[in-house]
Amino acid sequence: MAEATGLRNLQVVDDWAADVEVFRGVPWGKAMMWIFLLSDTFIFTCFLTAYMTVRMTTSEPWPNPSEVFALEAFGVPVPLLLIAIMTFILITSSGTMAMAVNMGYRRRRGPAALLMVITALLGASFVGMQAFEWTKLIMDEGVRPWGNPMGAPQFGSTFFMITGFHGLHVSAGVVYLAVVAWRVWRGRYEKQGYDIVEITGLYWHFVDLVWVFIFAFFYLW
Amino acid sequence: MAVEAQVPYQEAIEVHHPHSWITKYWFSQDHKVIAIQYGITAIGVGLVALALSALMRLQLGFPDTFDFIDPEAYYQFITMHGMIMVIYLLTALLLGGFGNYLIPLMCGARDMVFPFVNMISYHVYFLSVIVLLASYFVPGGPTGAGWTLYPPQAILEGTPGVDWGILTMLGSLAIFIVAFTMGGLNYVTTILQARTRGMTLMRMPLSVWGIFMATVLGLLAFPALFVSAIMMLLDKTIGTSFFMPAISSIGETLDYSGGSPLLFQHLFWFFGHPEVYIVALPAFGIVSDLISTHARKNIFGYRMMVWAIVAIGVLSFIVWAHHMYVSGMHPWFGFFFATTTLIIAVPTAIKVYNWTLTLWRANIHLTVPMLFAIAFVITFVMGGITGLFLGNVIVDVPLSDTYFVVAHFHMVMGVAPILVIFGAIYHWYPKMTGKMLNDTLGHIHFWVTFLGTYIIYYPMHYLGFVGVPRRYFANGDMAIIDSSVEMLNQTITVAALIVGIFQAVFIWNLIYSYFRGKDSGHNPWKATTLEWQTPETPPRHGNWEDKKLPTVHRWAYDYSVPGEEDDFVPQTAPQTGSQPAT
Repeated sequence: MAEATGLRNLQVVDDWAADVEVFRGVPWGKAMMWIFLLSDTFIFTCFLTAYMTVRMTTSEPWPNPSEVFALEAFGVPVPLLLIAIMTFILITSSGTMAMAVNMGYRRRRGPAALLMVITALLGASFVGMQAFEWTKLIMDEGVRPWGNPMGAPQFGSTFFMITGFHGLHVSAGVVYLAVVAWRVWRGRYEKQGYDIVEITGLYWHFVDLVWVFIFAFFYLW
Repeated sequence: MAVEAQVPYQEAIEVHHPHSWITKYWFSQDHKVIAIQYGITAIGVGLVALALSALMRLQLGFPDTFDFIDPEAYYQFITMHGMIMVIYLLTALLLGGFGNYLIPLMCGARDMVFPFVNMISYHVYFLSVIVLLASYFVPGGPTGAGWTLYPPQAILEGTPGVDWGILTMLGSLAIFIVAFTMGGLNYVTTILQARTRGMTLMRMPLSVWGIFMATVLGLLAFPALFVSAIMMLLDKTIGTSFFMPAISSIGETLDYSGGSPLLFQHLFWFFGHPEVYIVALPAFGIVSDLISTHARKNIFGYRMMVWAIVAIGVLSFIVWAHHMYVSGMHPWFGFFFATTTLIIAVPTAIKVYNWTLTLWRANIHLTVPMLFAIAFVITFVMGGITGLFLGNVIVDVPLSDTYFVVAHFHMVMGVAPILVIFGAIYHWYPKMTGKMLNDTLGHIHFWVTFLGTYIIYYPMHYLGFVGVPRRYFANGDMAIIDSSVEMLNQTITVAALIVGIFQAVFIWNLIYSYFRGKDSGHNPWKATTLEWQTPETPPRHGNWEDKKLPTVHRWAYDYSVPGEEDDFVPQTAPQTGSQPAT
C-alpha cells in the first residue's frame, strides 16, 4: 500500500483488532474492573436521572439544601459545613490511594500497604460522618424516606436511596482496601506484581468521582 | 515499527482439575459445565413458562370452561410467562449457556478469565430462579402486573400478588442482574483479552461477535432495570413515592404523592429495548455460523455483518420510547423515537440480505440445524416487517395493546431466537456430548414447531387488526369483537397445545441421544471454527493440549475454497503462499 492514512497510520485499528488482547499488556482484572465501572456508572446515572425527574414531577416545594444541611459552628449555622469536610476527606483519600499505587509499582510493599490502610481509614471516617448526617436528618429534622416537614417527600427518598447506595459502595471499598492491603503487606503479590493495587485504586477513584456528582446534584442544586 | 507478537497468557497456566463429583459437576469452574448448568436450568424454567402459556391458551380458546383459571390466575400466568421467557430462559440460555460454552472454545482460550466468578454467576442465577418460582408458594401467589410491571397498578390493591408476589419478582430480578453482571464481565473480558495467537477481532466467528455485543448491551441496560426494581421495592415496602403520584385506590386516598409513573416506563424500556437485542444479537451471530457451515459457503459480507451487529447494538439504546407512544409522553419524542427505530431496519436488513446471499447458489445441506436457521430468517423477516408498522407512531396508536403487538414480538423475539436456540443445540450437541441427536426426531420436532408457530401467530395479526385487546381474560360480548375471533382463538389454542406437547420429542431426543446416539466424532459438520478442532470430544477441562493453545491462521469461513482438497479449511490450518491473508 502506498500511503497509509488516518487511523491506520497510527496503527490504532491494527493494534486494537490484533490477536490475543485488545488492550495490550492490560491485566484481566484491570480490564474487568474498567468494564464493571462502566456498568456501575449506568446504575448511578439512572439513580441521578430518577432524582432529577421526581424533583421536577413533585408538586410540593423542594427543601433548601443549604438550610437542611447546615451545621451549627461557633453559634452560627454554616451551610454545607459537614458535606464540605466529607468531600474534602474523600478527595484526600484519592490522593493517598494514588500514592499507594505508586509505591506498589515501586515494589515497596510496606508503604503501599500503609497508604492503603490510610485510604481505608479516610473512607471509614467518611462513612462515619455520613452516619452522623443521616442521624441528624432523621432525629433532628424529621426527614423520612416517605416524607419530611420541609416539603417534597421525594427529598428524603432520593437522598437516603442515593447517598445510601453510595455509602454502601464506600463501605465495600473500605473492606476491599483492607483485604488487599493485608495481602500486600503479607507479600502475596511479590510474584505476580502489584496491578491489584491499581485495580483497587480504580474502584476507589470511581467511588470518589461519583460522590462529586452526587455532591453537585444534590447539595449544590 | 513492528510490535512484538503477543503470547496468550492462558497458554502457560495450569488448569486446576477437580476430583470429587461435587466440584466436577455441581460447583465446577469449567466453562463447559457451567454452560450446561445454565442450559438445563434455563430450559427447565422455560418448560414452566411453556406450561403457563398452555393454560392461558386454554382460557382464551375455551372461556368459561375451566374453573381453576380465574382472572387473577390468568394475569399471574401472563406475567410469569413473559418474565421467564424473556429473562430467565432467553437471556440466560443465550448468554449464560451459549456464551459460556462458545466463547472460550471459539476464541481458543482455556477457560473464562475468572472461572471462580463464572461459577458463582451460575449459582446466583439459580438462586434468582428459586426466588422467582417461590412466587407460587407465597401468600397471594405471583404478581399479576404483566411482565412490564408498570406502577402504580403493580403495587396497588386489586393486582394479584400485591402482597408478596411483587416482592419476590423484583428481588429475583435484582439477583438475576447480579448474576448476569458476574458472568457478563467474564464474557467481555475473555473476548477482549484472552484470545489465542492469530485470533484477531476480524477473524472471530460471528457467534462470538453477537454474544459479545449482546453482553455489552446487557451490562449497560440491566442497570436501569436494577435501579427501577430497587425504587419500586422502596415504594412498595417503605412507602416512598418514586413512581407513585397522588392516588386514590378503591375510594381511599393513599399516602403517595408527586412521583412519576412515566419515569418507571422510561427506565424499564431503557432496559427493555436493548433486552430485545440482548436476545437477538447472539441469535444473529449463531445463525450466521449455522448458515455458513451448513451451506458450505463463506458468510457473505463478514465485515458488514460485524458492523451491523455493532450498529444495532448502539442504536438499540436510543429507541426505547417506541414502546411508549400511547403513554402520554410528548409527541416530539414520538417523532424522534420513530425515526431512530426505523433506522434500525437498515443494519437488520443488511444482515437478512447477507444471510440470503450466503445461501444463494450455495451447497445447501438441509440438516436439522440448517432447517432451523432458514426458519429463523423467514420468521425474523415476518416479525421485523410488523415491527415497521409498530415503529410508526400513527400506525402504532390504533394497534397498541392489541394482538397485533403480541404477534409481532412473539415472532421477532420469541419464536425467532428460540428457533436459533434449537438449531444451535442440534448443531453443538455433538460437541457437548460426543453423540449426534437423532435426525428423525429432529425433523419431526422441526416441522411441528415451525409450522405450528405460524398457525399460532399468523392469525394473531388478524385478531389485532379487528381490535382484540391483548391481556384480556375474556372478550365476553364486546360489540367490537368479530364473530370469527372465537373460532380463530380455538384454532390457535389447539395448535399451541400440539406444539407444546411436541417439545417433549425434543427433550426425549436430548436424553435418548445422550445414551443411544450415534457417535459424532470430532467434527461431524466439517466446520472450520476452533471448537471443532479440540483434541477431545467433548473437550476436557482446559480445552486444549497442555502448554499449547491452537494457532489461528485464517478467518472462520473458509468453506469450498477453490483449489483446496476438502470443502472446508479449519482456522488452524496455515495459509499456503498463494492465498491472500484475511
